[in-house]
Amino acid sequence: MSEIVISTADLRKEFTVSTRVGLLRRARRTVPAVAGVDLTVARGEMLGYIGPNGAGKSTTLKMLTGVLTPSSGEVTVCGFRPVAQRTRLARQIGVVFGQRSQLWWDLPLAESFRLLRYIYRVPAADHAARLAECRRLLDLDAFLDTPVRQLSLGQRMRGEITAALLHSPEVLFLDEPTIGLDVVSKQAVRAFLADLGSRGDTTLVLTTHDLADIEKLCRRLVVIDHGRVVHDGTLPELHARYDSRRRVVVDLDTPWAGRTGVPGAVVEAVEADGHRVTFGLSGGTAGELVAALARDGALRDVAVLEPDIEDVVARLYAEPAGDDRVASR
Amino acid sequence: MADLLWRRATTPTGRPGALAGYRQLLAAQVRSQLQYRASFAMDLVGNLLLTLMDVAAVVVLFRVTPVLGGFTLPEVLLISGLANLSFSLCDLAVGNIDTMRQYIRTGRFDAVLTRPLSALLQLVCGDLALRRLGRVTQAVVVLVIALNLAHVRWTPARAVLLVVAPSFGAVLFGSVFVAGSTVSFWFIESGEFSNAFTYGGRDFTAYPITVYAGWFRKAFAYGLGFAFVAYYPALAILDKPDPLGGPRLLSWSSPVVALAAAGVAAFIWRIGIRHYRSTGS
Ligand SMILES: Nc1ncnc2c1ncn2[C@@H]1O[C@H](COP(=O)(O)OP(=O)(O)OP(=O)(O)O)[C@@H](O)[C@H]1O
Ligand SMILES: [Mg+2]
Repeated sequence: MSEIVISTADLRKEFTVSTRVGLLRRARRTVPAVAGVDLTVARGEMLGYIGPNGAGKSTTLKMLTGVLTPSSGEVTVCGFRPVAQRTRLARQIGVVFGQRSQLWWDLPLAESFRLLRYIYRVPAADHAARLAECRRLLDLDAFLDTPVRQLSLGQRMRGEITAALLHSPEVLFLDEPTIGLDVVSKQAVRAFLADLGSRGDTTLVLTTHDLADIEKLCRRLVVIDHGRVVHDGTLPELHARYDSRRRVVVDLDTPWAGRTGVPGAVVEAVEADGHRVTFGLSGGTAGELVAALARDGALRDVAVLEPDIEDVVARLYAEPAGDDRVASR
Repeated sequence: MADLLWRRATTPTGRPGALAGYRQLLAAQVRSQLQYRASFAMDLVGNLLLTLMDVAAVVVLFRVTPVLGGFTLPEVLLISGLANLSFSLCDLAVGNIDTMRQYIRTGRFDAVLTRPLSALLQLVCGDLALRRLGRVTQAVVVLVIALNLAHVRWTPARAVLLVVAPSFGAVLFGSVFVAGSTVSFWFIESGEFSNAFTYGGRDFTAYPITVYAGWFRKAFAYGLGFAFVAYYPALAILDKPDPLGGPRLLSWSSPVVALAAAGVAAFIWRIGIRHYRSTGS
């Protein structure tokens, strides 16, 4: 087994929030944002930490990076306890919070990068080499001299990622790195991260609501809901668990009359007065189904759809996470 | 070849020193302030007026009474001068710690915590306000005038005290500033509360503590240590016995008091930072 870079045991964070009731009285309420997360991540993994809004993803990341003190439980990242050894950990990790800038608002991007060299104490040659690499891969040159506050979101995000990598961290934490980006910027960021991850010595932990990010970047998925892990495994495992199917959509010359019996295919939808039928495959192959339909004649067109991660995730989120969760609500 | 570039640093050559980060943060801050020259100049003038008002307030008081709490005008001016110098030195360094509330409220403090530097020093370096240099100069001017009017008989010890007192006075004020703003880790809208101790403390120290009475004097003078900023050091410089009967040693106690306060402030800060809750999004 390869080296462990992140491990947590029964990690919890509760927030006490007080809400006004009446003129002066306030009611205090405890929100269990993270409710017992056990997580082990090995060096070089690309981990997608996903879950619906308010599931506790950002809160977990903040505990892993030393920003928030856990209410209870154990955390070790790169061999350090994040809060107690915050500054030492900070040298080993890079952080990109999509919603919030880590850069200096009034400084040009290039100036921020220069400042970071001193803050992280990076040797001049290493810094120059890494910056050159990021400039090339992320196309930074056009806006290096622009103050951060004048950058577009996509430009800023590329700057943020560069800033997080200049000290060549062991682990890169990304909280919604593609949020609000257009298709082109998303692809640029994704391609860059995929490349970084494939080099194998940087561990990536990212949260996202973008399912394409998950498919392109995450070899392993940890799904959390209401502060608990509800799934931990690869994308294919997730599909298997939720029995998600490839689909075959066929267009027919004559309306569908429910003739074909192919084991392992279920009719999911009949549209256009029976001229278009969608089959879900569970066991059977697309080839067998198409062959059977062709035997019956009247087959005009065929499309095969890959299993849809969006569906799986939607189903996952909708599913209750067990008894404790019901109790905690 | 790209892989080579990503290799972890092995050579220590060209590696910035441990304090370089703070130095560069300060430099960046100064540079960005110098960009706004006009407002810089206006602030200097504004600060000058404020100091003049402070002095005027003392002088006006003495038109009504020849002595104040057992002290003459030059003596009170000396106390005010020491107090203002202490405060303005502190204000220069950590006066903007007030902005911490903004950092905490907006969650910008997250970024501070993910960098490998002391969180407190990052805030200090990022918020140094050069314009406050003017106040330091003006405090020095008031102090020099007061020393001349008071006919101080100089000894080496008194000269040393004249440097020690404002330096540690600044440390004491700084501790109060830090401890006061730490409250915002728990209560985000807590501005006025801590101002009562910082700006209140400045006004308290500008007069002999003999003019105050009862629990108020005890709390501010000894509880928070403000008597050691200007009052006791001034007694030694003026070679004047303490009307309250305190021993001479008290005049030299400000380093001890200030360092103790700094210790307490650091402790509160460490607890506070663990209560930081960031923001939900
Ligand atoms: N600073 C805070 N104070 C109070 N409650 C908070 C705070 N931060 C988070 N929470 C609560 O904790 C829970 C988890 O929030 P968190 O930000 O971790 O969710 P998330 O999974 O990142 O969601 P999203 O996908 O919307 O970003 C939410 O119920 C949120 O309201
Ligand atoms: Mg979030």
